[in-house]
Amino acid sequence: MSTRTLPLLFINLGGEMLYILDQRLRAQNIPADKAKKVMNDIISTMFNKKFLEELFKPQELYSKKALRTVFDRLAHASIMRLNQASMDKLYDLMTMAFKYQVLLCTRPKDILLVSFNHMDAIKDFVKDSPSILSQVDETFRQLIEIYTPLSSGEFQLIRQTLLIFFQDMHIRVSIFLKDKVQNSNGRFVLPTSGPVPYGTQIPGLIRIFSCTGEEVNRLQFTNGGNYTSALREGSFEIFGDRVTKLGTNMYSVCRPVETLMSGTSKNSAQHPKVSTTPNPLAKEELNLLARLMGGLEVHKAGKGGSAFRVNLFNTDEEEEEALLSRPDELCYGIISIQATKDQQANAELTKIMGEFSESGDQSPSVSSKGDDLLAMMDGL
Amino acid sequence: MFHKEKSIQIKNSASALYNNLSVLRIAPRKLTYFTVVHANVVNMVSASWDGLNYSHRQLQSKEPNVATSTSLIMQASFCVLPSRDLLVVTSQKGIQMYESDGSIMVYWHALDTPETPTAQAVFARGISAVWDNYICVGVSSGSILVFDIPTKGSNITLSEVLEEHKASITDMASECSGSQECIADMVSADDGGNLCVWKAGEEFHLLNKISGFDMTCSCVKLWKGTVAAGYGTGQIRLYEAVTGILHVEINAHARWINSLDIAPFSGLLLSAAEDSLVRVWHMSLTPETNSVEVTHLHNECVTDTQICGARFCDDDGYAFAVTGYDLSEIIRYTQT
Repeated sequence: MSTRTLPLLFINLGGEMLYILDQRLRAQNIPADKAKKVMNDIISTMFNKKFLEELFKPQELYSKKALRTVFDRLAHASIMRLNQASMDKLYDLMTMAFKYQVLLCTRPKDILLVSFNHMDAIKDFVKDSPSILSQVDETFRQLIEIYTPLSSGEFQLIRQTLLIFFQDMHIRVSIFLKDKVQNSNGRFVLPTSGPVPYGTQIPGLIRIFSCTGEEVNRLQFTNGGNYTSALREGSFEIFGDRVTKLGTNMYSVCRPVETLMSGTSKNSAQHPKVSTTPNPLAKEELNLLARLMGGLEVHKAGKGGSAFRVNLFNTDEEEEEALLSRPDELCYGIISIQATKDQQANAELTKIMGEFSESGDQSPSVSSKGDDLLAMMDGL
Repeated sequence: MFHKEKSIQIKNSASALYNNLSVLRIAPRKLTYFTVVHANVVNMVSASWDGLNYSHRQLQSKEPNVATSTSLIMQASFCVLPSRDLLVVTSQKGIQMYESDGSIMVYWHALDTPETPTAQAVFARGISAVWDNYICVGVSSGSILVFDIPTKGSNITLSEVLEEHKASITDMASECSGSQECIADMVSADDGGNLCVWKAGEEFHLLNKISGFDMTCSCVKLWKGTVAAGYGTGQIRLYEAVTGILHVEINAHARWINSLDIAPFSGLLLSAAEDSLVRVWHMSLTPETNSVEVTHLHNECVTDTQICGARFCDDDGYAFAVTGYDLSEIIRYTQT
């Protein structure tokens, strides 16, 4: 559908990821200098120029698998390590948070304000690192340039595209359940109260006009809700009050980030079946991954004792338990790619491409795409 | 005034699209067909009137004779012509037309999709049967494709391309096929909120253009020469089609309106929006004074659901059905 959805999806999910990692780094008392290095490395990779060039090209949204792989790589862009279970939980939280924000936006254009809230927070994370800050600022300007001229209908198309991506995801998030913004069946609460969107009137009035344009009658009706007037419009400039709280950091050190896995799949027939055969990644998706890997520095575990593990759960036992008890239909089936440059990366991707051409039924002319991609990899 | 009936379960949840429900009543067989779009699939349910039999079918959006290449579906709609009923499915790749039971595809029209994606998305959206023998389909560029439909068979041809809208078509509607005499046959709406009113024929003729003030009109209906238009701001406006005179303006919903329907025999109007509410209104026209009146009759709240489709199940408006984003059921209501 909309070919301009991917940058917004990536930036908002990335923003949520940073909120969660920041909270966990502090909850686990990771030394400040290490924590800062992790945040800076990840943000720097997220806003890598070549990577963003690829991201901002008009294109269809990536598959869930491809996007999950991108974020896997991103989370490991520094000296921090996450086990499978923690990475799964991190991704669940990120996606459910952004799904919530997209659904609760009162009008489609507010998704841009949500993105700006994330961008504002990211800028704050790197405010002491001028070079990374300027990368982020540059991207901010690009977002403003591309998105502010779009019409409300085009924003609605972006929103509809995002909602297809999030379709049927009902993972329960503890912080949402506690705040009563999510029901126990995993669906979000959509209140019929509160301010109407900017540009909308409170429902309840019927106005009848004559042929000459004069109002001849007014009728009221009960709107079945409890609405108030719209708030002022948020700012679409590089600095400004966004007004909406969606997209701001809802985590703090005292609020744990748990997800509940049990009872999520109330009716397993509703969840999309996850294929166990390797799903061919489209050429575009592989391109993005290649760019991402090209921009990564090599961080070997145990190098001078600087690497460390972060746990999204309270204990190691909990983490292990979560991995074992994760329902099948919620497994992401990530493609694992080692974080080494050049030769190894080439070989790894070649191997994956090889696997895909064997799986037959799903891949359209993979071989020609593979050739192009490998040629491109050689150039990195 | 209305009470909830037993819902119909569907195989997938409904996607967040405009007008995501189409209903076809087959009186001779005491059946009603429903279609709901989920990503690249159309879920079809055939429900018997006694409530005992339900059969399901799924249609995929893809080019015929090509193994893969699926694309997302924007809309599926039944088109009722005097001689036949067809199911039209519009997607990112093109337009498919099926026999109304979804059994056979009778026609495929490919859209011009560029080699590499462009900033302007490409898709077809907005479907309407017009007059006796036309089906019109809108395109993201703002063009409207007019297809000439023979009384039977698959010899469907593209008769004309109407280039009047500058923004993506959102919805189209018509009235008057066969016997009745109407001035305006069809209305089309776009992302910019602009409405075009047309007279059908071998060459379609533009009768009027109604400006939208940059607020997207997502759904539109035509009844007795009156256009009912639903907007992203939650407003409903009733215009006189040929003159563009605004008769009624309703602050109807607190969120984007995704569906409008009219029961032609009773003048009931149905509106549904992302605010979880479905509202029933009554329209009355007084031709002598050229006035239009609207009264509000009823509200239904589908808790925690952003409604994406609402349709009357019959021409009197005795019953209506509703779909919502992430909901795997068609909710039904009938008059008490």
